[in-house]
Amino acid sequence: MQALSIKKLTKIYSNGNHALKGIDLNVEAGDFYALLGPNGAGKTTAIGIICSLVNKTGGEVEIFGHSINRQPEAAKSCIGLVPQEINLNLFDTVLNIVVNQAGYYGIGRKLALQRAQEYLSELKLWDRRFEQARSLSGGMKRRLMIARALIHEPKLLLLDEPTAGVDIEIRRSMWKYLRRINNEGTTIILTTHYLEEAERLCRHVAIIDEGKIIEDAAMTTVLRKVQREVFVLSLGEALTETPELPGFEAQLNDPFELEVAIDAEHDLNNLFAILSRQGIKVASLRNKANRLEELFIRMVEKKQKNNAAAIASTP
Amino acid sequence: MMNLTLNWIGLKTLVRKEIVRIMRIWIQTIVPPAIMMTLYFIIFGKLIGPRIGSMGGFDYMQYIAPGLIMMSVITNSYGNVVSSFFGAKFGRHIEEMLVSPMSNATLIIGHVAGGVFRGMLVGVLVTIVALFFTKLEVQHPLITLSIVILSSTVFALAGFINAVFARKFDDISIVPTFVLTPLTYLGGVFYSISLLPEFWQKVSLANPIIYMVNAFRYGILGIADINITYAYLIVGLFVVGLFSVSLVLLNRGVGIKE
Repeated sequence: MQALSIKKLTKIYSNGNHALKGIDLNVEAGDFYALLGPNGAGKTTAIGIICSLVNKTGGEVEIFGHSINRQPEAAKSCIGLVPQEINLNLFDTVLNIVVNQAGYYGIGRKLALQRAQEYLSELKLWDRRFEQARSLSGGMKRRLMIARALIHEPKLLLLDEPTAGVDIEIRRSMWKYLRRINNEGTTIILTTHYLEEAERLCRHVAIIDEGKIIEDAAMTTVLRKVQREVFVLSLGEALTETPELPGFEAQLNDPFELEVAIDAEHDLNNLFAILSRQGIKVASLRNKANRLEELFIRMVEKKQKNNAAAIASTP
Repeated sequence: MMNLTLNWIGLKTLVRKEIVRIMRIWIQTIVPPAIMMTLYFIIFGKLIGPRIGSMGGFDYMQYIAPGLIMMSVITNSYGNVVSSFFGAKFGRHIEEMLVSPMSNATLIIGHVAGGVFRGMLVGVLVTIVALFFTKLEVQHPLITLSIVILSSTVFALAGFINAVFARKFDDISIVPTFVLTPLTYLGGVFYSISLLPEFWQKVSLANPIIYMVNAFRYGILGIADINITYAYLIVGLFVVGLFSVSLVLLNRGVGIKE
């Protein structure tokens, strides 16, 4: 069963901005799907159309088989949205916000109150239930938006940069929670600028740029395309100059930090064997950037270069 | 096919939310109209009224009381919906409702019901204030109640349309200042249109508020400058017309969706 099916979706804003240029996207039920792209690529427009917040110019969108145009009630009932920007009624209380949202989905007050207790407790907001939303911290507001989106127990949860501006501790607890509800059956579509987040959580990834999908595959397939990774090694003893590492590109950042680029045909065993032969002790190592980030930057840059070349060759 | 249970629960939720909002900010929503109407009664009724004498067979205070009640109902019904809906647009929490499966008709009715609630609440309060200054014996209770609810609905719908088009806070005060207030003051609240020259009497008949104020005055005092049937017809047409316009605007996403 497909949770989301998008066919030839286009959006041209009244100012002429061609935000979506006929995208196709299919998300299987139960998937954890990343929709990535640089700012202004069309991610939020796509999510806005799926949730009926933005009118589409053309194309078809179906949620669990329900067309957003022909069966809007059934389609909307399946969706929960956590938008990019805080859109809470800041003067309303935490409890009222989630209970009212349940009411808009036809959930009676008694059940809504039960669920509100469940989700607000889960997201550590129950103690703040009688406070106005404006008194909450940024992270709490984000969690409240998640509770609000889940109160009607949607089959498809859309998260538009849910962890933007949230500290790492809260971000990790949100990841844990999202992973859990995904394991329990909720399909999740996530847009984020934290590519580590997408790599850790998602099983599928689509990259959108300038209104077009430029990559759409399983995360493992996409990551296999990464041809080169850069590792930063912390050294046990200081070096005075960059060592000769045949087959590897190395650079000494400071006496205790060595940066080594590894291509797909080499591996870490090779590198450690050479380092060991030279008596260089490695205390620890880390990826300079995560793999998805490397790939993402490369894909977007490649597309921009292609566009520039096409413009240059135009007579 | 619309899910009636879902929309009924959605409507109850929306009305409850509006009532909670009105009561939470009672110092902005309920107190000012009561104070303003008290001043009207003191100045126009108590101080100036005795010099004017009687109008339509009633003393001036009694004559203007129904008009002042209706004026407060109209302005508060309008003001509630325009500020509530525009506030939701401005704060973007309108999205809570737009993403939900609740129908657009329910969304309109819920907001209008909130406006009618505030209009009625203020109307009752102003009536209580009026009773401190004059005697009001309702002649036709059914007409009084029905016309005040219908008039309140008309202006709640008008407030909704204003909020749909409004892009900034200035836009929600333009219509009340430049359209609603003049129409209300020229709507027979303070005078009988029979006092006007014939030409201006005819011009006045183009003002829908004339019909509302006079039908309400008929309900309470038993006198009116216009035919009550016309009043119901006109108010009814406005309700249907403005609701249809609101629904079309919302279905198209005017002022709400990109």
